Amino acid sequence: MKEYGIFDILGPVMIGPSSSHTAGAARLGKIGMEIAGSGFHRVRFYLHGSFAKTYRGHGTDRALVAGVLGMEPSDERIKDSLNIARDRGIDIEFMEADLGYVHPNTVKMVFYYKDRDVYYVTGSSIGGGSIIVIDINGNEVEFTGDYPTILIKYEDQKGTISRISAILSDEDINIATMKVTREGNVATMVMEIDNPIKSKVIDRIRNLDEILYVKGINSIRRA
Amino acid sequence: MFNTGKELLELCKEKNRKISEIVIEREMEHNKMSFDELMDKMKLVLDTMLKSAHSGLDKEIISVSKLSGGNAKKLEDYKNSGRTICGDLINSAMAKALSTSEVNASMGKIVAAPTAGASGIVPSALITVKEKFNLTEENMIHGLFTAGGIGEIIAKNATISGAEGGCQAECGAASAMAAAAVVEMAGGDVEASLNAASFALTNVMGLVCDPVAGLVEFPCALRNASGVINALLSADLAMAGIKSLIPFDEVVEAMYMVGKAMPESLKETALGGVAATPTGEEFKRRVL
Repeated sequence: MKEYGIFDILGPVMIGPSSSHTAGAARLGKIGMEIAGSGFHRVRFYLHGSFAKTYRGHGTDRALVAGVLGMEPSDERIKDSLNIARDRGIDIEFMEADLGYVHPNTVKMVFYYKDRDVYYVTGSSIGGGSIIVIDINGNEVEFTGDYPTILIKYEDQKGTISRISAILSDEDINIATMKVTREGNVATMVMEIDNPIKSKVIDRIRNLDEILYVKGINSIRRA
Repeated sequence: MFNTGKELLELCKEKNRKISEIVIEREMEHNKMSFDELMDKMKLVLDTMLKSAHSGLDKEIISVSKLSGGNAKKLEDYKNSGRTICGDLINSAMAKALSTSEVNASMGKIVAAPTAGASGIVPSALITVKEKFNLTEENMIHGLFTAGGIGEIIAKNATISGAEGGCQAECGAASAMAAAAVVEMAGGDVEASLNAASFALTNVMGLVCDPVAGLVEFPCALRNASGVINALLSADLAMAGIKSLIPFDEVVEAMYMVGKAMPESLKETALGGVAATPTGEEFKRRVL
């Protein structure tokens, strides 16, 4: 039985018309931007399934763009986000796409930068404003953005997990969930934690020898 | 903790509390919030609701798709003409429900209650009863906790998603939440609240989700208008002492089973109901 709090039922406070197609889309845009990083000059959205079929009428396009511009799902500027992006000199493109066996409300967001490689994030809006991120630059992941999340890629070797968890414990951070997958010799770890992420924690993890990549993402508010 | 109507009723009896008080205590503990913090947070929810329920009454709000809108103002004007069939209270309640639905469809700010598609019902019912009995904003905030508690039970034991259970799960749940809340606001006891919620769900059992062109507009706004009336009349039935033959928890279970038995075409896919009529299909072609 799934647990609900009162503000899951009376909430989110959001811009309409649809919690999945609008509020969830804004959160997906925002988490995509948080993961990929700011400074992009172009974003291309590949819309799958129901997102592809109904995005205009549900304002999914405006909500996604609002999200990548950093707006929350309750921001009344969502309606004008396409114009705001244009004013900021950010090119926006929408394409219909078949992203395979994924949730019907799925989007792949590709961020283009002048000074670094393109970066992409794929995620699904799974209902009621809830989202999951499923792919980052080809790495399969699964996390919701409801908790502060730390993404780590490292060369797999004995003791890495304990070294990372020792840092967190030392910084008085509680781990809510942890998932590790491995492809070849490279492991990907997704950790959801109960406390906001401090840059010091990320720096300490980065300083471990085997770490290839580490990124902290603070939670993406529902309202 | 409570997962069912029966457990909620027992808790209320054991502690001699109203539904809202039980939900407030549980939320304070769960979120580690003080009473004042929790009230302040719910006040923000209420403020958004009040705004969305009123802003369509004196100006036309048109949807993003341009398919619908302006009906809240039309109904409010009609009510003000003084020549309605159902009278001021009912027409006013319907207008406020339409207002929130129109704000939602125009990409304005609303509170999902329990969903965006059904967001007009709870605010309108609470405002209507507050005005009728000269209650306070605090009474409305308590009403919201009662509504939320009932919504939680439905979400846990059935569904509040149109894609999973049809409109009965969205507008039906919203009406049940609103009915239980306004019974408490009007001075009814816990059993009456649960009876009212049972009536509201029973009245629309089997209601399908058939949005024209897949948009949260038509017939969604209409069903918010009828949904608030369903809530109010269910509350009156319960306040009169009429009891639901089937207990609330079993009604919730039945709604869930009916939702499961519904074909996919009638669950938010826009492939059935009024969405699949020749005119519905024509709107779909025009919008997409």
